[in-house]
Amino acid sequence: MIKLTGDNIFKVLVAVIAASAIVILLLNTYVLITGSANVFATSGFGFISGRNWNFDIPSFGVLPAILGTLITSGIALLVGVPLSLGIAIFIVEMAPRAIRVPFSYLVEMLAAVPSVIYGLWGMLVLRFWVLDYIETPLNTHLGWFPLFSGTPTGYGFLTAGLILAIMIIPTVASVSREVISAVPNSIREAAYGIGATKWEVIRHWVLSYGRSGIFGAIILGLGRAIGETMAVTMVIGNASGASGMPVSLFQTGQTLPSLIAGGFFDSQTALLSSAYIGAGLVLLAISLLINVAAHVMMTRVLKVKGGAVE
Amino acid sequence: MVNLFEKLNLHSYRLRKFKNKFFYILCLICVIIAIVPLLSILFEVIVRGAPAINLQFLTGKGLRGGIGPAIQGTMILIGLTGAIGIPIGVLTGVYLAEYGTNKYASWIRSINNILTGFPSIIVGITAYSLIVVGLIGGFSPIAGAVALSFILIPIVARTTEESLKLVSNSVREASMALGIHRWRTIISVVLPSAKGGLITGILLGVARIAGETAPILLTIMGSSFFFGGFNESMDALPLRIFINSQLHTQAAQTQAWGAALVLILIVLTLNIGVRLASRGRYHNKVTR
Repeated sequence: MIKLTGDNIFKVLVAVIAASAIVILLLNTYVLITGSANVFATSGFGFISGRNWNFDIPSFGVLPAILGTLITSGIALLVGVPLSLGIAIFIVEMAPRAIRVPFSYLVEMLAAVPSVIYGLWGMLVLRFWVLDYIETPLNTHLGWFPLFSGTPTGYGFLTAGLILAIMIIPTVASVSREVISAVPNSIREAAYGIGATKWEVIRHWVLSYGRSGIFGAIILGLGRAIGETMAVTMVIGNASGASGMPVSLFQTGQTLPSLIAGGFFDSQTALLSSAYIGAGLVLLAISLLINVAAHVMMTRVLKVKGGAVE
Repeated sequence: MVNLFEKLNLHSYRLRKFKNKFFYILCLICVIIAIVPLLSILFEVIVRGAPAINLQFLTGKGLRGGIGPAIQGTMILIGLTGAIGIPIGVLTGVYLAEYGTNKYASWIRSINNILTGFPSIIVGITAYSLIVVGLIGGFSPIAGAVALSFILIPIVARTTEESLKLVSNSVREASMALGIHRWRTIISVVLPSAKGGLITGILLGVARIAGETAPILLTIMGSSFFFGGFNESMDALPLRIFINSQLHTQAAQTQAWGAALVLILIVLTLNIGVRLASRGRYHNKVTR
């Protein structure tokens, strides 16, 4: 029998409050599952594999949005990961002490900019850079290639992917930086000792020692890219239904979050709002999978501060 | 050794020197490429936003007036979210740092980590279904605050745990040697010693939620009027930026840039202020 002392009461109290994490996770999952029951009952598996988003028939499918999410996140990783690794390597291994701290502050400030401001900048600035310097040249010279076909407008998968690439840089770079810092100095010294150049030490010893941690950092970045809503909504063009099936990089489309943000508050009927919640459930499933994977990898690599990874 | 020779191509010293230099420059270019968008965003927000700013812009309402309702709404959201999220987050952090050596605590820790990577639109859907549809029957600042506190709690819990763990055990032992109960030690000795780290974490969390758009889009909807009660829709800075960006008129876009300038000033002031204040503490972490 536990005695009712102040200490025990306090301990139980904070333990109960700590359960808020479990409550939040379960509550979100529960609401999404019950909320989307309606659309899964009407469309079944077709909700995942279908292409239409049509209220009149009614027929709902999130395949274009799933593909759009994968494509934009793919572009984000292709562009963002090499940049982030370069930044992490530069800051930890190469930069002179004096510029190390200001540079890492600047990169971390990228994480502080709200996503709606990325979106505004993407709509009114980046879109025109992409249109003038990437899409128009590729389209005039290589327009026969399906990926570069269509009429470039600056809105679409490519711009969304590039915005996401910028947005995942602080995440991937700061985690990779920590992974690289965690590589023991004795390994570097051993490598220098046999006459390797600085780059060889980084490439063959530091990066290969930290590769599982860096992989975890990349997955963390992927998780961020997949869940990002506003910036993508503002530049992807929000083509709904089958017209959002990706063919060309320059075409307007849809990701799961942008689909929800673009139409949820207009949803007049129970079935339509259930379809949007269903899209949320698919997004939640993908994101949980990725975050759990990243978490498992990172705790295995960085056994610091009781598994807290920053 | 054969393997190593193949790996390094030890024959050509000049090639190796060149590669070393080449990758140094390549990594420097990566840093510069990452900083260009940041500078461009700051430049555009200041150049396009600053001309819009005057007293009427900050206090008036409507497209011709200003973003008063949005500023007010953001402040209300921060207040309400803080009232819900900070106590829960801090006490969760206390549990994890002071009693967190068991399996239950490591579960909480893992779930908190997962929640920090949660898509923000999801908490918006949840708060919408539970509160906007279920409890109140209309858009509501409360629903917005609940959605945002789902984002704030894991952030505050984690930073609280980290800063409490930095408090040295001798402080706890000294207090308990005086016969003070453990719970009293935590509240009156440990928490005050970790004050700096706690405030840092809370302010960074507030900076994060001040800029969140997706969850409040589904819960407070946006409005061109000042706060009208807890069962009415409300405006907020990120929402005002988003809504105006969808109206393709010059006036709307100028107002969006002005609102963006105000928002980025709030968020960056919080971030930079916190970093300057805690520079000594995190210096080692940055420079390894």
